[in-house]
Amino acid sequence: MMMTDRQRELLKHRIRAALAWVIACLMFFPILWMILTSFKTELQAIAVPPLFFFEPTIENYVLIEERTDYLRYAWNSVVTSFGGTLLGMLIAIPSAYAMAFNPSRRTKDILLWMLSTKMLPAVGVMMPIYLICQKLGLLDTRVALIVIYALINLPVIMLILFNYFRDIPKEILEASQIDGTSTFNEIVQIVLPLAWGGIASTALLSIVLLWNEAFWSIVLTSADAGTLVALVASFSSPEGLFWAKLSAVSTLACAPIIVFGWVTQKQLVQGLTFGAVK
Amino acid sequence: MNRLYRATLGVALCAAGAGSALAGELTIATVNNGHMVEMQKLSTKFEAANPDISLNWVILEEGVLRSRVTTDITTKGGQFDVMTIGMYEAPIWGARGWLEPLDFGADYDVNDVLPAMRGGLSHDGTLYAAPFYGESSMIMYRKDLVDAAGMSIDDNPTWDHIRDVAASLHDPGNEVYGICLRGKPGWGDNIAFITTMANSFGAQWFNEDWTPALDSEAWNKAVNFYVDLLTTYGPPGSEGNSFNEILALINAGKCGMWIDATIAASFVTDPGQSMVADKMAFAQAPYAVTKKGANWPWAWALAVPAGTKQAEDAKSFIEWATSKSYIELVASVNGWGNVPTGTRQSTYDNPMFQEAATFDEAELKAILSANPNDSTLNPSPYVGVQFAAIPEFQAIGIAVGQQMTAALAGDITVEDALKNAQDAADREMRKAGYY
Repeated sequence: MMMTDRQRELLKHRIRAALAWVIACLMFFPILWMILTSFKTELQAIAVPPLFFFEPTIENYVLIEERTDYLRYAWNSVVTSFGGTLLGMLIAIPSAYAMAFNPSRRTKDILLWMLSTKMLPAVGVMMPIYLICQKLGLLDTRVALIVIYALINLPVIMLILFNYFRDIPKEILEASQIDGTSTFNEIVQIVLPLAWGGIASTALLSIVLLWNEAFWSIVLTSADAGTLVALVASFSSPEGLFWAKLSAVSTLACAPIIVFGWVTQKQLVQGLTFGAVK
Repeated sequence: MNRLYRATLGVALCAAGAGSALAGELTIATVNNGHMVEMQKLSTKFEAANPDISLNWVILEEGVLRSRVTTDITTKGGQFDVMTIGMYEAPIWGARGWLEPLDFGADYDVNDVLPAMRGGLSHDGTLYAAPFYGESSMIMYRKDLVDAAGMSIDDNPTWDHIRDVAASLHDPGNEVYGICLRGKPGWGDNIAFITTMANSFGAQWFNEDWTPALDSEAWNKAVNFYVDLLTTYGPPGSEGNSFNEILALINAGKCGMWIDATIAASFVTDPGQSMVADKMAFAQAPYAVTKKGANWPWAWALAVPAGTKQAEDAKSFIEWATSKSYIELVASVNGWGNVPTGTRQSTYDNPMFQEAATFDEAELKAILSANPNDSTLNPSPYVGVQFAAIPEFQAIGIAVGQQMTAALAGDITVEDALKNAQDAADREMRKAGYY
C-alpha cells in the first residue's frame, strides 16, 4: 500500500523523535548511573554485572554531610561563577560593541587571536598565575577565581556577543548618534535592550562553563575558596574504594547547575546554537 | 565611577585579607584515605584540648596533593601549615631546608616508631616528617582457591613458585585470574611494584657512578617475567590497573593473588567491602635471586613546611596525630582492627590489635624487612627501595613507567621498552649534571 505524503511526513517525524529520544537517553545515562551509584554501598558500586536494582542507602550522603561543609563550597561556586560572568560581561560588552560597530581591518584577526588563547593549555601559565596570586595575597580567595574565570571565558563570550551585536541594524545607532547620544548611553539604552536575549543566554552559558571549571579552582584554593569541583576532587582516593561516595558528592555538585539549566534551558539553547541557522 | 572603583578595591582587599591564615588556625593538606578521614573526624578532640588552635582541612587527590604541596613549598606560598607527604619527599625536602625538623617530647617515644619508617622520613639522622600510617608490600591470596588447586604458598615464596600457583588458579572462563598486578604507568603506580620485582632479580636503578642500569640483564629478566606473567595469567586490561582497580577486582573475587601495599589487607578482609573477606591469606613478597628490596616501605607522614608562621602549633598537632595515644583513641572509637598501622612497635605488641588484625604478623615482618639503605643485590649509590630518593627520579619513573605499560600492552617489545627507558633516564641524569 502506497503511503500518502502526509503519512510519510508523519513517519519521518516519528523516526526523528525516536532518534532524539535515543540520543537523549544515551546522554542522560551517565547522570542516571551517577545518581544510582550514589545510593549504593561501595561493594554494590563495584559489583559485576552492574546492579540496576538494589536496596538503596543514604550512607554516602550522610558521610558527605559529616565530613564537609557542602554549603560553603556551593556558595563559593555560586559567587565565583556568577562573579566571573559579571566581570567578563563588563569587559566583553563594550569590547564587542567596539568590534561590531566600529570594526577595523584587523577585527577578525583580533577575535581569532583571542579565541586561540583558549587553545593554550592552562597548566602552561600555572606557575606565573600562582606566583602573581601569591604576591598579591590572593591565594585561596574568591577574588582570584573571579578575575581568572572572567579572563578565561572572555574570548568565548566576546565572540558570541560580537555575533549578536552585528545583527543590530547600524541605522538605529546612527540615528541615535545624530541625536547626540554618548557612547555609554548608546550601549546602555540601545544596544543592551536590543541584544538582551543574546546577552542573557551568553551569561547563562558562561555560568555553566565556570561552574564546571576545575583546574584553577583546584590549583588556587585550599581551605576557604574551594568550589564544588574541588570538593568532588577531594573524594578520589589513592588507596580504597570511593565510587559510591564520589558519585554522591558529584550528584550534589551537579544538582544546582542541572536545576539552573532546566529553568533557563530556552535561553541556554539559544546561546549554544548562536549563528547555527544563519 | 570613583565610588565603584573604591568599592571594588575595598572588596578585593577584604577578600585578600581573608586569604591569609589567622593566628592559631592551622591549614592541613591531606589525601582522602580512610585513616586520614578518621583523623579529620577525631581532630575535634585535639581542638577541644587546644582551644587556641582551630583546624582547616584541605583534602586533595593524591596527584593534586603532590603538585600542590610541591608548588606551595617551592614558592613559599604559605597555604599549608601541615602537609601530608610520603617517604620520597621527606628526605629530599628535609635536605633542602624546606621542612621544619621534628623534635618531640619524651612522651612521644620516638624510639617506638618503626626503624624503617624513622629512617625513611629522616635526613642525616633528623626526622622531618612523622609517620601517620605506614605500609610495605606483600602477597595477598585466595587461600580457598590455592587449597582447592592443591598448591601452597609458603611465607617466602620465589617468583617461579608464584608463577606456578598463578597458572593453577587461572580460570578466565569463570572470570578468576591467576594474579593481578599493577600495570598503570606512574612512578607511584607500576614502577613502585616493578622496581621491587627488579630488585629481587638483582637489578638496580643506577650504577655506583649514577649511570642508569636499565640495560642490565637483571632488568631484562625481571621485566620479561613480569610481562609474561601478567599477560598470561592476569586480567584483561592490566595496563590500566593500579591499586584501586585491583582492589575492586579482588574484592569481587576475581583475582587469585595480588602483590601490593599491606594497607590493602584491611580492605580485603573487611566483610563490608569484600566478597572474599574470610578467604584471604598473606605471605611475604616473592623473590628471585635476592630478598633485598623485594618489598617496599612507604609511609604517609605529616610534616611542617619551613616558613609557616604556625610551626609550633603545627608540631603540636603532628605530635598528637602520630602519637600512641591517638592510636588508642582510634581503637576506642572504631576498634583495634581499624587503627592506623605500620608506624609503631607498640601497636603490633598490643594483644588486642593482634586479635583484631589477621594480617598483623605478615605486615610487621614486611615493614621490618624493608631497608631503604640496602635495597639492591649489588651496591648502589641511592637510598630507597621502590624509588631512588633523588629529585630527578619522579620524571624518570614516569617515563620508564610509560615504557613498561607499552610493553605490557604489547605495543613494543620488552627490549625496546628497556632501551627507551635507559635513554630517557640517561638524558635526565645528564641534564641534572650527575656525569
